[in-house]
Amino acid sequence: MIPELGQFALILAMLLAALQAFFGIVGPALKRERWMAAVTPAVSGQVVMMATAMGCLVASFVANDFSVAYVAENSNSALPLFYRVAAVWGSHSGSLILWIFLLGCWSVAAAVGTQRLPKPFASRVIGVLGLISFGFLLYTLATSNPFLRLDPPWPDGEDLNPILQDPGLAGHPPILYTGYVGLAVAFAFAGAAMLEGRLDRDWARWTRPWTTAAWAFLTCGIALGSWWAYYTLGWGGFWFWDPVENASFMPWLMATALIHSLAVTEKRGLFKSWTLLLAVLAFSLSLVGTFLVRSGVLVSVHSFAASPTRGTFILAFLIVMIGSALALYAWRAPLLKSEAGFELTARESFLLFNNILLVTACATVFAGTMAPLISSALGLGKLSVGPPYFNPTFLLSILPLLALLSVGIHARWKRGNLSDRARPIVLTLIAAAVVGCAVVFGLFTGGRVLSPVGVALGVWIILSSLVDPIDRLRRHITIPRAVLGMTLAHIGLGIFVISITSVEAFTAERDVALAQGQTAQLGAYEFRFEGIRPIQGPNYSGVGGTVIVTRHGSPVAVMYPEKREYWVQHTVTTASSIRMYYTTNILIALGQDLGDGRWSLRLQIRPLVTFIWLAALVMAAGGMLAISDRRYRLARAAAPELSAVVPAITRSEAG
Amino acid sequence: MSRFTIPLVLFALLVVVLAIGIKQSPDKDLIPSPLIGKAAPEFSLPNLIDPGQRVSSATLRGHWYLFNVWGTWCGSCRMEHSMLLKIKQSGVIPLVGLDWKDDDGDALSFLKKEGDPYQTIAVDHDGSEAIMWGVYGAPETFLVNPQGIVVYKFIGPITEQAWEQQILPRLPMGQMPAAAARS
Repeated sequence: MIPELGQFALILAMLLAALQAFFGIVGPALKRERWMAAVTPAVSGQVVMMATAMGCLVASFVANDFSVAYVAENSNSALPLFYRVAAVWGSHSGSLILWIFLLGCWSVAAAVGTQRLPKPFASRVIGVLGLISFGFLLYTLATSNPFLRLDPPWPDGEDLNPILQDPGLAGHPPILYTGYVGLAVAFAFAGAAMLEGRLDRDWARWTRPWTTAAWAFLTCGIALGSWWAYYTLGWGGFWFWDPVENASFMPWLMATALIHSLAVTEKRGLFKSWTLLLAVLAFSLSLVGTFLVRSGVLVSVHSFAASPTRGTFILAFLIVMIGSALALYAWRAPLLKSEAGFELTARESFLLFNNILLVTACATVFAGTMAPLISSALGLGKLSVGPPYFNPTFLLSILPLLALLSVGIHARWKRGNLSDRARPIVLTLIAAAVVGCAVVFGLFTGGRVLSPVGVALGVWIILSSLVDPIDRLRRHITIPRAVLGMTLAHIGLGIFVISITSVEAFTAERDVALAQGQTAQLGAYEFRFEGIRPIQGPNYSGVGGTVIVTRHGSPVAVMYPEKREYWVQHTVTTASSIRMYYTTNILIALGQDLGDGRWSLRLQIRPLVTFIWLAALVMAAGGMLAISDRRYRLARAAAPELSAVVPAITRSEAG
Repeated sequence: MSRFTIPLVLFALLVVVLAIGIKQSPDKDLIPSPLIGKAAPEFSLPNLIDPGQRVSSATLRGHWYLFNVWGTWCGSCRMEHSMLLKIKQSGVIPLVGLDWKDDDGDALSFLKKEGDPYQTIAVDHDGSEAIMWGVYGAPETFLVNPQGIVVYKFIGPITEQAWEQQILPRLPMGQMPAAAARS
């Protein structure tokens, strides 16, 4: 009964999304007030139906209803309740339901947020969102319905993929999807502007908080995913340039570029067509990412049940959504005129370079991700590129970006004279270079050529970001939250650069074979292996080792790396033991039984690695702080002022 | 062509690449095992029903058989059981079971209660035989021809549809009665 109810809710949601799209887009085109008024009830109904469908799927998992194929394939009666709920998005069909449900939530939020904006514009925004919802619902019902029944029902399920049985799974996909889907709002704003054929500085101000919010979620989601991979996969790596990771990273790079270009469009009325294009591309890349991950055209460590049928459907959807958006762009963008010019060393040019470099970085990642596809399409066989390609090419565009950031942050809008800002630029650079060299050659030894550069760049970014806020504080000028948020996000970036440099340069690793009671040395730490004991979990069994870690003889930690075998899927996973100590991560992974009571162990010491993810959180927090700025709240409260714009819009439509 | 159409053109190129990608991406159901087209692993294992005897690949030579990996602990295998009984009834092809990582007592009482679809059942207590076959989850079923070559592998419980559309068409017409007579 419950699965049927869920399926029924999905169908209703699809029909409501169709109405939402139709009234939202056609209503303003035909200037039908009442059609536009129907958009809000349609979107509310749609999200209620999606919540019902989501609830039904959760209920089927909680009740262990193994007559539902998706539940039987991804759960088991021995699976703890927490993971039974998280298993809802553990595989393809359920994660789509989550995706659409979150899109519904963003759509309702956008409907509320755009209430005070001109009616035709708001209705078009919700209409475009409805079109996306409709496409995804049609896709789900046609190719990936999670409510299909099994006859006869299975006595028990096949269990959730053991790698996914981790608290990280509960948080990672919902947060990441919230980010992906949030970019749909920016896309919808761009779509609405193109349908109207009109884009002004107000448009940029309305779009900014949505983009920044999506970006902040995306940042958190990627960081959480990386952290999850770090400690569940047990390889000690945090980024693998895997197609699925790239699929989330490319929209992030675009969204970052978009945030900066929106700032220029809002403040100066420039870069209009470029901003529009970025808004379209950021979401398009998350759609293309969805395609790459779920169609099976690329092989990835994050195996999603993939099939070419699904791929064909998504490709058709891509053509409709992205194709029509880009066609609309080709038609409308030439109409947009920049409102002013700027000088070479003004803030605008630095943000232009920021955009060029970010888009270049994104393009190199895209090229690397697509390389296997392109080479096989050209008949050259499957060519796969890995970190040896990604690391240097990515750095090539990112290093100049980091350096330019520390200079450009001091630049003023419009005017190009940087000479009065030379002092803070030079002072921060010298301080950063000193700190960088001191850290690399003083505290640690060794490292690579790039390590002092990396540390210095990170420190320079942090110092430069602080110059303006400190200056304002000294002159008793209040700092707007937008500036504070920007500062925080840039400090986060600085911390990120420093920690990633440190991890890349100073990680110590050793594979050892130890019998009970034997000791191995790595860096300043001693590792004493205390033997193996059997372990027993709710749906797995395995062996656990005990390792006592000391530093110069004084105790640091007792660590318990495990190897688990999950009963139903007979999968062995490594649960590494990770400890943080003095900002350093100690990681122990249990390897093979070598006989004679000896076991292979991988020991790793990774300085500052935790800061990589903390830095991402700082960046996201900066974004959230910026959204809470008064300016955006004023944008909504200023209804009378905005209504004056309405006649202008209707006029432009008539014309 | 204005510069604003460049993104559209690039996107069209991307669509072409993706479409070729879909066309070339292998249908994963078709090549589920590297064993296909190669000789099945040689084995000689304890017999579940008759502990005095052994089940060996040598004695299975000369006729078609389905090598079915199962265990009483495996829910999907229990689900598959009724279909296996139907296959036995049809007399088309004998089933050779591999009781995987199972307790002999559990297996015998299960077969007594639910019926025994197998011609013979080999026992693989520690899972080492299953590794030779590349099994990564029960149930899995291998179709082996008289020359001992693996012709097809089916992952998951055999359904009516899989039996009729995947397994039966791979059997030669004339062979069927012979296999039925032997089983």
